[in-house]
Amino acid sequence: MAELTAAGPGARRPAASRILRVAGPLVEVANTGRIAMNDLLLLGPAQVPAEVVALTTSRVTAQAYEYTGGLAPGQPCRPLGHPVTARLSPALLGGVYDGLLRPLATAGDRLAPGTATGPAPGPRWRFTPAVATGAQAGEGTAIGEVCTEGGQRTRVLVPPGRGGEVGHVADPGDQAEDAVLAVVGGTEIRAVTDWPVRRPRPVRERVPARHPLTTGQRVIDLLFPVARGSTVAVPGGFGTGKTVLLQQIAKWCDADVIVYVGCGERGNEMAEVIADFAELPDPRTGGRLADRTVIIANTSNMPMMAREASIHTGATVAEYFRDTGRDVVVIADSTSRWAEALREFASRTGELPAEEGYPAGLASALAAFYERAGAVRTLGAGPGSVTVLGAVSPPGGDLAEPVTAHTERCVRGRWALDRDLAYARHYPALSWSQSFSRDADVLTADPAGRDTTGRRAAVAGLLAEADRLADLVDLVGAGALPPPERVSVLAGRLVREGLLQQSALSANDAHCTPAKTAALADAVLAVVARCRSLVASGTPPEDVERADFTPLLRAREDAGPDDTAPVHAARDTVLTALGGPR
Amino acid sequence: MSGANGPDGPPPVTYTSVRELRGPLAVVTGVQGVGWDEFATLTLASGERRYGVVLEVRDDIAVVEVLEGTGGMDPARLRVAFAGSPLTVPVGEGWLGRTCDGRGAPRDGGPPVFGRESAPVEGAAINPVRRRPPGEPVLTGIAAVDALTTLVRGQKLPVFSAAGLPHLELAVQIAAQATTAGERFSVVFAGMGLTHADAFAVRDALEERAAAGELCLLLNTADDPVIERLLTPRLALTVAEHLAFDGGRHVLVVMTDMTSYAEALREVSAARGEVPARRAYPGYLYSDLASLYERCGRIAGRPGSVTVVPVLTMPAGDLTHPVPDLTGYITEGQIVLSPEIHAAGVYPPVDALSSLSRLMRRGAGPGRTRPDHLDVAAQLTAALARARQAAELAALAGETALSPADRSYLALYPVYLRDFLDQGRDRTLTLDESLERAWRVLLTLPPGELGMLPAAVVRARTTGAAP
Repeated sequence: MAELTAAGPGARRPAASRILRVAGPLVEVANTGRIAMNDLLLLGPAQVPAEVVALTTSRVTAQAYEYTGGLAPGQPCRPLGHPVTARLSPALLGGVYDGLLRPLATAGDRLAPGTATGPAPGPRWRFTPAVATGAQAGEGTAIGEVCTEGGQRTRVLVPPGRGGEVGHVADPGDQAEDAVLAVVGGTEIRAVTDWPVRRPRPVRERVPARHPLTTGQRVIDLLFPVARGSTVAVPGGFGTGKTVLLQQIAKWCDADVIVYVGCGERGNEMAEVIADFAELPDPRTGGRLADRTVIIANTSNMPMMAREASIHTGATVAEYFRDTGRDVVVIADSTSRWAEALREFASRTGELPAEEGYPAGLASALAAFYERAGAVRTLGAGPGSVTVLGAVSPPGGDLAEPVTAHTERCVRGRWALDRDLAYARHYPALSWSQSFSRDADVLTADPAGRDTTGRRAAVAGLLAEADRLADLVDLVGAGALPPPERVSVLAGRLVREGLLQQSALSANDAHCTPAKTAALADAVLAVVARCRSLVASGTPPEDVERADFTPLLRAREDAGPDDTAPVHAARDTVLTALGGPR
Repeated sequence: MSGANGPDGPPPVTYTSVRELRGPLAVVTGVQGVGWDEFATLTLASGERRYGVVLEVRDDIAVVEVLEGTGGMDPARLRVAFAGSPLTVPVGEGWLGRTCDGRGAPRDGGPPVFGRESAPVEGAAINPVRRRPPGEPVLTGIAAVDALTTLVRGQKLPVFSAAGLPHLELAVQIAAQATTAGERFSVVFAGMGLTHADAFAVRDALEERAAAGELCLLLNTADDPVIERLLTPRLALTVAEHLAFDGGRHVLVVMTDMTSYAEALREVSAARGEVPARRAYPGYLYSDLASLYERCGRIAGRPGSVTVVPVLTMPAGDLTHPVPDLTGYITEGQIVLSPEIHAAGVYPPVDALSSLSRLMRRGAGPGRTRPDHLDVAAQLTAALARARQAAELAALAGETALSPADRSYLALYPVYLRDFLDQGRDRTLTLDESLERAWRVLLTLPPGELGMLPAAVVRARTTGAAP
């Protein structure tokens, strides 16, 4: 066994091997020595990539990332002597990749086995140095930055574990993708770097997540906010609008980079995401949304094991951009499909099943993924963050099933999507009674410094009160309630329809700034307060209910995403119509 | 098997060393160079031929899953030949106008189907970057579908039904009537686990389409081998993909009943000794269903499209059963049949409120169908929701408690059933006819209630002028 661990990374040159057994994605090959766990193997004449998942002195078990049809015992196997790595580059932005980060743009119409292509021809970019020869540069220090065609500027860093005196710096100007941009402590530094996908990239330290990520969705930003560097699970049955919600966040949230991992989901949906992102302008930079996005597409009919890798690949890409000082959001849709890939492979290896056939390691695998999120001080000492939003697709909408249950233990927020709300065409169908945000306590102000806690508590209070009364209303009708309760029922409706609902198809309201969110919430609260005082001073509740609230309900549609004046006007119109207390 | 065979090549080595037969599995020893998922031909002592696929290869042992089952096999007198490649089928226009069994062998007395090209039945995933988002409608001639849940080219839209409902009739009617406005169109109909009576009825009802050379009919009956049922939809989709992406046709694939398919998958999985997941279905049920449904779509730069309509019966009407549940996660909407509407004697008994075509906006409306299509659909759906509320209220508090508006909605529902939904099994409605039926229902409401429709159009309609 000594030989198995003796050789360090990079120094290993394992000898060629041969295939012993093939059962779907599970392939066993002979252990010819110097093969390590998680090493990459190329199987058979088609060079199907596979990752080592178990080994003994004589046999190596690997999971293949592509279709293994035709692979036969006796065929050759080439161990590469290094783990599955992602080729990280500033040029990833704007691209679409498969689960192993191979570009899909240069692949054919159909992804037949063995047709995967290598990296696309390298781009050129403009290099601006930031250090001079003779200076000291430690790990994570930016030696300069490159500007890609999309106009995105990305810092080039001294890799983790390296550093020293700057021996050489390339001249400013156009450079080829793999050009050496600097030599630091004897290490050649390029803008492109390889990193093993399963190993989190190191940081100087983790810091508490205290800054809000504005998602542009009012129900989230107001009631269940998420901090930069936090984690959220989004469980929802089919048809509850999970994918639409996550796509909206991918389009409009105020992060610097979005890594969208389409993991075992619909091909047509991915096609739509790709087309949308290429067309839509980024409201913050004026460029295309695609230029801040990396799409990892592993649709449900693409090889299942690459789906397993795609989650880690996505996290690695996110960490890479985090290290260059950005706030990154990883959207994984859906982690349930990823967990199914784990289950599938566990059953092939004959692992003892735990709940519903999932391997006992499911909880730790989920935790390991979500723990790659965080707000950090990077090795270069600057701030950066990775926020993870993971969709969960519970079978039969059952929130007690293993993937949902385990996920909820390791995330800081849950945005539960509700079938009844979706059925009532209330979108986003985010259930206020089943969702939570543990970030809400620290996120007491929005990015502009406005206090949010009071508003959040007031709106949540109205919703809870209306929910409590809803069952009663179904039974006896709203007319039988005492006047103050009738106002509460009305208030619930105004909050739901005037504040929480938000149409993804709307030109004005697809996303919403904190200013407009605050204005709408305040408008609804002011109208509700007026209704209460009217009823308290003796106005019959029928009169209040009969008032025309349409301007208030239409305000979210009438006002642009950053527009508050129409909201104030609508509030005043309704208040005037209601009149003052007698 | 005449439909499915391996590619030409050197005559395969024949092995006689079958060590074990267990369930559908045959264990062959002493093999060399046999790859995983390879196709195998097994010849019995009687000369009968059966077919199988390699489930696992380990050293010199190959485990073969026999499509027709191992009944009557004597290992000592069994010969096994491997094709050297995964299962492929001939593809091309030769399939059109033919009726075959679930493996592609003729059932119509004709010669075996040949094609100049062949393709692996597993297919290859469409590169997501090369997919063209679905657009343009497939018209089914059924008002409830065309007007309210429009089927879009490249979409996968299942029919959710329950035992005793006329889903097979609806599937057959869609297969018989569907068109794509003059463009080249074909239907591939895959029946899985059908009774002989149903298979006969399907054949009969689709005769005209078959005679026109627009139909490929694959019928796996309930007494056919279970494993063959796993092959049937793959065969159908492989044929369809070639007709679409190489032949430039718009192809509609109707697959019924997917619940029978999933049960076959469960049976085979149990025979393989796999770890069961929810309700004893294999853990890979989602991926397996996706590998079928996801074969629909359009490819950038190629003219055709594959549209998939799977039909499935929900055991005991349970929407959370794994088959409808996982199907719902993959497909783009659903058409739900209702026992209540069926009991009222209305055909097709589509529950419009539970049904949804998520891609409807891409396939209907201005420039695609009719400018008023989406508005009419939205208004009618909203009216039905309101009618349901009114009915609930009336049941609770009596009709007298309803407001005049609610009463008009209550009155709308029977008109909707009679004048819109109920169209009969033999009637094809044009899109115009379907939308006019919808208008007729909507115009029973006071004009003030039609807020989703352009006021000018409503005024023209109510005063009797043409729109």
